[in-house]
Amino acid sequence: MVKIEAIVQPHKSEDVRNALKAIGVDGMSVSEVRGHGRQKGHKEVYRGREYIVDLVPKVKIEMVIPPGRTEEVISTIMAAARTGKIGDGKIFVYQVGEAIRIRNSDRGEAAL
Amino acid sequence: MSPSKRVVLLLSLAVCACAATPGIDPGASVAAVKAAQSAGDNAWMLMSAALVLLMTGPGLALFYSGLVRQKNVLGTMMQSFAMMAMVTLVWAICGYSLVFGEGSPLLGDLRYAFLHGVGAAANSDYAPTIPHTTFMIYQMMFAIITPALIAGAFAERVRFNAMMIFSLLWLFLVYFPVAHMVWGKGGYLNPFLGGKIPVFDFAGGTVVHITSGFSALVTALYIGKRKGFPVEPMKPHSLVLSFIGACLLWVGWFGFNAGSALAASALASSAFVTTHLASASGALAWMLAEQIRNGKPSARGGISGAVAGLATVTQGSGYVAPFSGVLIGFIAGFLCFFMVAVVKNKLAYDDSLDAFGVHGVGGLAGCLLTGVFATRAINDTLKLANGQPAPLGLVDGNAGQILNQGIGALIAISFAVVGTLVALKLTGLVTPLRMADGEEDQGMDIALHGEEGYTLED
Repeated sequence: MVKIEAIVQPHKSEDVRNALKAIGVDGMSVSEVRGHGRQKGHKEVYRGREYIVDLVPKVKIEMVIPPGRTEEVISTIMAAARTGKIGDGKIFVYQVGEAIRIRNSDRGEAAL
Repeated sequence: MSPSKRVVLLLSLAVCACAATPGIDPGASVAAVKAAQSAGDNAWMLMSAALVLLMTGPGLALFYSGLVRQKNVLGTMMQSFAMMAMVTLVWAICGYSLVFGEGSPLLGDLRYAFLHGVGAAANSDYAPTIPHTTFMIYQMMFAIITPALIAGAFAERVRFNAMMIFSLLWLFLVYFPVAHMVWGKGGYLNPFLGGKIPVFDFAGGTVVHITSGFSALVTALYIGKRKGFPVEPMKPHSLVLSFIGACLLWVGWFGFNAGSALAASALASSAFVTTHLASASGALAWMLAEQIRNGKPSARGGISGAVAGLATVTQGSGYVAPFSGVLIGFIAGFLCFFMVAVVKNKLAYDDSLDAFGVHGVGGLAGCLLTGVFATRAINDTLKLANGQPAPLGLVDGNAGQILNQGIGALIAISFAVVGTLVALKLTGLVTPLRMADGEEDQGMDIALHGEEGYTLED
């Protein structure tokens, strides 16, 4: 099994989730995160003092899928999340050791 | 000496004068009573002015900003707050004069520009028992909230400086003429001070709600939808803020409607009660409509219903009997719910915070319903030639008043539509109205103001 972690622009998260739902990826966890990569932060001015705010809001979408669907899911996320500008986010792919459904002890891909 | 002490002193003087000494001139006691009444009126009107300001900030600012997404919370609050600052100065410079100066039937003149001649002496045309200054500052608060209401229709997508320029132009093109026509001396629609067509607008159903509501619709159509509307849900980021804001609006509205009696009078009490009843029944009606349609009454619905009831009863608040207020509120709750939940979705225009659905539709309904329910039993200010109170609405047997109200509404709507289009066009010549694409994604707070409403880091 493979875990896909996509960090995307907040205003693109809805599109990404809808696109994933459309190809049949039902389960996912979504969290609001802040961070930065190459994207420079923005400037905020409080009472005349300037601050560079490095941490910009992003949305992190995580899902675990059968390994055969990895490329399909990646390209779906890319298509939905890309604007072509700095700050579009990143996708990370991890190997997953085991998955267990707590309710009925299903294991492996049956638990997804 | 503080005003309250002065009232006590004057009252005791008056009592002494009446009670005992035949040696004292009775005219002096009459004057003392008048002075005490005037002090009471002034106290109430200053309080009312403060209450109406409270409606814009924080009332409307909280109500609107809770309904937008988190990234736009400050930008939305700033729209209301900026009106508190800008309109105040415009009003003092020339706005007050253009509305309440005696000019043409269409617009006032500049006799009170820079508050020239606006001082301690009362203006007997408008409010004979309070200082002219009090009347001026009270009316100022109405001019502040009206353009602030419009901003609900173009929330989350308009640049700050464009909003400022638009609002400034809008005051001159729409608010000042319509307010003068309805309330100003010699205004075309003012039945009390020499108008041609009698329109009864006690507290601004036409002047405030019809003008702002219909202008709101025009701005929403002209500027276009928010990016992603209606596919993205665009949920309110904090209904808690909206809830507090709506409750402050409810309280502030007592200054708006009961204050429009321009005295601490029995008419003010009547308008107070009518307003309160309408708000209550508006809230219940909207919740009932949601219960029937969705199976669940919502907090957002309850507060929207209260505001709908308040906006709708504004025009008739000092003309209709308290229980007519219940009926008006109830009609408002259902009608505005229908506009916002059904018609708006069908037509798919993005009146983001329902400025048209609540204020435009409610204001128009309230204008016509005033023609039905206005009665001389509540308000006997308008006299016939023989000195008897004139019949007001349909309930007094004057069915034609509904038509008069309709004409008044039509004139106000025409000014709102044309004036708004012109103001938008002119603003567009100076600066782009809409935020750039990326700015809209980023949100007003960071893109327009360089701040955030809520921060993660300490």
